[in-house]
Amino acid sequence: MHPRTPTDGRHYGSLAAASNTMIIVSDLTKRYARTTAVDHISFAVEKGQIVGFLGPNGAGKTTTMRMLTCFLPPSAGTATVAGFDVVEQPLEVKRRIGYLPETPPIYPEMATAEYLKFVGKLKGLSGAELSKQIDYVCERCAITDVKQKLLGKLSKGYRQRVGLAQAIIHNPDVLILDEPTAGLDPKQINETRDLIKSLAGDHTIILSTHILPEVEQTCEQVIIINKGKLVVTDSVRNLQARARGVESVLVEVAGRNGGVEPTSVQQKLEQVSGVSRVVCTSQVDSRAVFEVESQKGGLVRGDLARAVVESGWDLNELKAASMSLEEIFLQLTGNEATENAAASGGQA
Amino acid sequence: MRNVSIICRKELGSYFASPIAYILLVMFGVIFGFFFWNELGYFVMASMEMQMRGEGMPMNLNEQIIRPLLSNVAVIGLFFIPMITMRLFAEEKRTGTIEMLVTSPVRDVEIVLGKWLASLILYGCLLLFTAVNFAFLFKYGNPDWKPLLIGYLGLLLQAGALLAIGTFISTLTKNQIIAGAMTFGVCILLWVVGWVDYETGTWARVLSYLSVVTHFEPFGRGLLQSKDAVFYVAAIFLGLFFTARSMESLRWRS
Repeated sequence: MHPRTPTDGRHYGSLAAASNTMIIVSDLTKRYARTTAVDHISFAVEKGQIVGFLGPNGAGKTTTMRMLTCFLPPSAGTATVAGFDVVEQPLEVKRRIGYLPETPPIYPEMATAEYLKFVGKLKGLSGAELSKQIDYVCERCAITDVKQKLLGKLSKGYRQRVGLAQAIIHNPDVLILDEPTAGLDPKQINETRDLIKSLAGDHTIILSTHILPEVEQTCEQVIIINKGKLVVTDSVRNLQARARGVESVLVEVAGRNGGVEPTSVQQKLEQVSGVSRVVCTSQVDSRAVFEVESQKGGLVRGDLARAVVESGWDLNELKAASMSLEEIFLQLTGNEATENAAASGGQA
Repeated sequence: MRNVSIICRKELGSYFASPIAYILLVMFGVIFGFFFWNELGYFVMASMEMQMRGEGMPMNLNEQIIRPLLSNVAVIGLFFIPMITMRLFAEEKRTGTIEMLVTSPVRDVEIVLGKWLASLILYGCLLLFTAVNFAFLFKYGNPDWKPLLIGYLGLLLQAGALLAIGTFISTLTKNQIIAGAMTFGVCILLWVVGWVDYETGTWARVLSYLSVVTHFEPFGRGLLQSKDAVFYVAAIFLGLFFTARSMESLRWRS
């Protein structure tokens, strides 16, 4: 695993001034009495992007999102949204953020329209603009038909959409959605995803999930975290290419008597069918390590082993050099994710 | 100020959308109605006795009906206040709506003030029931209205202080029952500490000074004393201040 993100948070500081970066997080940390929920996370999000925040339950997704929305203050590090610091200028940040927590924040005793009016007012709307925005978000989130119904009587899918409507009512620059599809049925999941995608142009969106296909379908960029640490941040396309295309294997070869000639080993390895590139990464005494890239799915590893042994060298080690998105993810989440991925894969 | 009124109106809406407000109003109306009827009965009996004996002791509506009734309200209020404040923050914490509230571009102080004001207004609605009863005294008698007005001011100040404390306690838990029970305990304690006034030690003086009901007595008699008003205002201030701090710490701890 090679995290592609620079660990140095300052890197993003200069980036912000130059381009239209919407969210900059650098070395963000949240410590509780005994645990560290979020551990020096750094990333940046460009304007208008949809970013998937991926990780198993308890990885620190919600905590990170809560820090971005000024709900929790960070223990260390900084985060800025649209150029405003979450600690120094929380009101400015809150004006620019729409937030949908894990459970939609609804008051069961209120009717949909009444609720949206209340939230709209809280977020600074009034008069004609307020009623215009209420109509707009109702239409956008397909909740016009339940406008006069009590929120407590709505189904889970409707509640989720009211939650989303609440988040976008003041037309925020940034949308932060915590597991927006959790607990919905397959049809609702698709509708919600489409809705989120359609919002992407106007808003920068961060959505958290522990479902892999969701990220592949909705997001452009993915941030994977585990146990509070950043694992990888990259574009979905890059990760997919890595996952689908090339497989990389590390081969350590040792000479039988005395040394080993790297160039001859390299030639031998290149002759194995399916291998596209061989690079000698290190050589110590009689041992040499090669990185071999090949098409994924071929039976390259066996052929590599045979080629080395048949040429009279010793094969010390043979292992995968970098993992695919799926592999990274599965390793992070264990068995639970396999089930989830399978389930949602079927739905998608 | 705009945000305070938005939150206050929403809270009042919640009170009156659920049965809470109506149950409290009806219960309070019935209980106070009973006290009023009882007190009036005594008064009528006493005045008839007075007429028969021909003794000229003056009968006074303010002294003999309004004042004891207002003191009763000051105590009955202690039982109603926990039911008014217990849901204010506890419910929002339980359902998670607090997250929406806190991530809205609103200051903590505005949230606290809005909620407290709504609870005070609901208490004011309870007091309206007493006004309906007192209105009969004005129709058939001629009590002085000024002491009554000061009595109401005292009741509102006393309730404001206890409501602020109740609001604070509501921020401490997700469970409405716990918030209610704790507030109830504090209310009762702040009443009974006044009973040590037979003692003369400093500690007893301090304890009896803390009694929210003792400070009401002058108001009930129609006396507006700054030392009692200051006590209530300080308690309101302290309660609301702690509420705001508690909201802040809620985020550090959660």
